[in-house]
Amino acid sequence: MKNGETHISSFTSHAIVLIVLLTLTFISVFVTGWHLGAFSVTVALAIASVKVATVVLNFMHVRHESLFIKLMISGVFVLYALVIIITFIDYHLR
Amino acid sequence: MSTHSTHSEQIESETGKLGMWIFLLTELFLFGGLFLVYAVFRAQYSEDFHTAGRELNTFIGTLNTVFLLVSSMTVAMAITAVQKDKKNLAIFLIVITLILAGLFMMNKYFEWSHKFEFKIYPGSEVLKNMPRGELLFFGLYFMMTGLHAIHVLIGMILLTINIFKIKKGGVGSKHYLHLENTGLYWHLVDLIWIFLFPLLYLIT
Repeated sequence: MKNGETHISSFTSHAIVLIVLLTLTFISVFVTGWHLGAFSVTVALAIASVKVATVVLNFMHVRHESLFIKLMISGVFVLYALVIIITFIDYHLR
Repeated sequence: MSTHSTHSEQIESETGKLGMWIFLLTELFLFGGLFLVYAVFRAQYSEDFHTAGRELNTFIGTLNTVFLLVSSMTVAMAITAVQKDKKNLAIFLIVITLILAGLFMMNKYFEWSHKFEFKIYPGSEVLKNMPRGELLFFGLYFMMTGLHAIHVLIGMILLTINIFKIKKGGVGSKHYLHLENTGLYWHLVDLIWIFLFPLLYLIT
């Protein structure tokens, strides 16, 4: 909701988002089937991140939310990324 | 007067949604902690995780991913239907969501009972005698998918409550915060699965 106006997403746009998500799922299943080690891991996680962003922006309507909510959500994702990075730095320097 | 009530309703909707988001972000860290444990142990015992991960059925995992993705769409569509005042369509879409969630849980049931048949469950002798990394993998597998399944069940209860709310008029085209927040919760369940699926089933 922005400036008091409610955004109503259309049924078609939801269907398109689903097709995108399913396509990405099958791509990740297909690519990891090759068993390319580190490459598979990177591709699978990159695709998962794109899927998460797609769901958050479209199904969860964050695309149409206020700037405050957008900043709060992205801030927490950044915080979580930092937690992972700092843990691994700590783990490697022991 | 009418402008005043619209304004306060709008504020209620904004704050209600904000509260839900804050809750969802704490949920993210609940699962995030487990993902972090997974990442560290995977780095430490990559060989064992590789062996143990092959025990999981990719087909069932993929099928469950499809169920959850489609159910996420039907919930999003149910909100659109309510906003457009199409109550019966909204109820129909929520029922479809519940069926998909049921199929997901049924798959999960078969998957877990298959593991139990091979005496693989938390605390079993077979599991205790496995290499340390495999033990950790299955421990995380049961913990993460179990916690996720509890969330699916809670989501199903919330969705059912919404069906009654739509019928009785508690949720309608003017006030649908309850359904919106249930939708957000349901999408969170989907988001967690989007990461669980490649980590447990794909990257072996």
